[in-house]
Amino acid sequence: MKEITYKEALREALSEEMIRDENVFLMGHDIGIYGGGFGVTEGLVLQFGEQRVIDTPISEAIIAGLATGAAISGLRPVIEAMFSDFVTLMMDNIVNQAAKFSFMSASQACVPLVLRMPAGCGTGAGAQHSQSLEAWMCHVPGLKVVFPSNPYEAKGLMKAAIRDNNPVIFFEHKLAYSSIGYVPEDEYVIPIGQANIMRKGNHITMVSYGHSVQKCLMAAAHLKEIGISAEIIDLRTLYPLDEATIINSVKKTGRVMIVHEAVKTGGLGGEISAILSEKAFSYLKAPILRIAGKDVPIPFSKTLEEACVPQIQDIENAAKRLMRR
Amino acid sequence: MSLTNEKITIMYNKMVTARLLEEMLHEMFSEHMLHGTTHLGIGQEASGIGACMTLRDGDKATLTHRNHVQCIGLGMNVKYLLAEMFGKETGTNSGLGGSMHLMDLKNGNLGANGIVGGGLGLALGAAFKMHYHKEENVVMCFLGDGATNEGLFHEALNLASIKNLPVVFFVENNHYAVSMNTSRSMKVTDIGQRANAYGIRSIILDGNDAIDVYNMTFSAVQYVREGNGPILIESKTYRVAGHSKSDVKQLYRSQEEVDAWVAKDPIKRLEEYILKNNIANSEMLKEINTRVMDEIREAVLFAQNSLDPSADILNKHIYAK
Repeated sequence: MKEITYKEALREALSEEMIRDENVFLMGHDIGIYGGGFGVTEGLVLQFGEQRVIDTPISEAIIAGLATGAAISGLRPVIEAMFSDFVTLMMDNIVNQAAKFSFMSASQACVPLVLRMPAGCGTGAGAQHSQSLEAWMCHVPGLKVVFPSNPYEAKGLMKAAIRDNNPVIFFEHKLAYSSIGYVPEDEYVIPIGQANIMRKGNHITMVSYGHSVQKCLMAAAHLKEIGISAEIIDLRTLYPLDEATIINSVKKTGRVMIVHEAVKTGGLGGEISAILSEKAFSYLKAPILRIAGKDVPIPFSKTLEEACVPQIQDIENAAKRLMRR
Repeated sequence: MSLTNEKITIMYNKMVTARLLEEMLHEMFSEHMLHGTTHLGIGQEASGIGACMTLRDGDKATLTHRNHVQCIGLGMNVKYLLAEMFGKETGTNSGLGGSMHLMDLKNGNLGANGIVGGGLGLALGAAFKMHYHKEENVVMCFLGDGATNEGLFHEALNLASIKNLPVVFFVENNHYAVSMNTSRSMKVTDIGQRANAYGIRSIILDGNDAIDVYNMTFSAVQYVREGNGPILIESKTYRVAGHSKSDVKQLYRSQEEVDAWVAKDPIKRLEEYILKNNIANSEMLKEINTRVMDEIREAVLFAQNSLDPSADILNKHIYAK
């Protein structure tokens, strides 16, 4: 094992996959010598050259379109939206072209592309650079959606995403980039579609993903001190959801809260809650709680920004409420 | 390759196939025999077919929503095309696509597209792969005049230009985006001018003259194949049919305007050329028409007698293994 950052983990995955398969290439705005908006691709252009690490003008829509065309032609593009918010400019090509190509053509070709999406708030970047739009992507059949919470997952899921024959929307939380974690020295891949029980517990289940998992872990440590044992499920993949892992945990605890930074309305929390109502209703001892972002655009002010998304204290309070029911 | 008499005859055959097929489709839609909608390219046969005939093995094309002519040009079998229009399991896309998504990848046909300009990204990506693996192939990206008002068109031209991608942007300017005439949708008189803004050469041609379309497109394809980067062809033609099956009134244009273009019918013009140059006589042309009509009737029967897809297919193609 070695200790590296989330950012380094992603870079290692990209580099290893590019060495393994010459059809893998990177494309995006400022991903070359500049190293990408958050430094993930730093140095890769020196290692692989401008033929495989390709800088583009600020043209999000055609980057996504080109990647789709390259993917159906046999290449494996990994493209970067400098901020995941800019996916709005790519949506036609992702939703109408990439996601539907395999289906509409009755599998005449597949679309092995990865779209990297630096997401989330906490950096003071304001309403157009801080959103969590993962639920949009889960609403489109044909896409797979992943969101690693730590360096180990970032590397293993990126390798799986690149090897997957479908378009994978790969969310990366901006606050996670500099987080440190253990990663095996040897090659490994984390399968898409499998959640991970991050922490075992008996009293409540916390279902979360991305950076919010870290907040759940800290909240769980505090809760333990007052005798509440929380089980934390790190979804890793948001579509397709690992329903079995969630349901099995809820069967054990009977109390569940879903924690995410994305706004509550139309968020993953609602979907998971509905699945549990349909498939695990009789095991529930209390109503399902959604601890989610407020239904507001992300504001600039640090105080306001923090008030918009679940903090550790909010998670703890919710857990206590859940135990009282 | 120069335009041999044999090639001219093939071109005529394909143009007649497209015309008779679309007239048949029009009739079947009027009689409610077909589900959905369709966009006919009657009057644009020289453009679509002349352009496709300049391609060779390994070349690719992305098509527009008005794509039947282009499909015939790329060699799609009429039987499977019609079966797809009927939504049958024997169709090109197993009934999952329909008229706006006809696709035939093994013949280089990367598919029609229901999004105006939707083929631009696919074309650039396919061309990027050729560039990446240093293949001597080109992608023909069919567009309508309407697509050149989409933002993606401008991003695509710029990116293709700076990356030197082997794309032939073939704009079939049929003068209408549904009801909007190009005189109302853009200030430039030639779409070719738009290419020049991105450092891309442009060619403007008479899209109703099959010989002209073939010869000029052929040189353009050569230019791109030789590694000179993209090129844009503006093929000036006319949409004789309405926009779609629901465009019945056509209040946005006059009968005189339509008649003036019907007088420049591309098939009639090619017939005149063939007869004048003794490539075939009128008997032979009549024979081609009869044979093509028989093939289409047979294809309709094939489509009608095919099975509807079973619901099992729904989950089979969303994700690849």
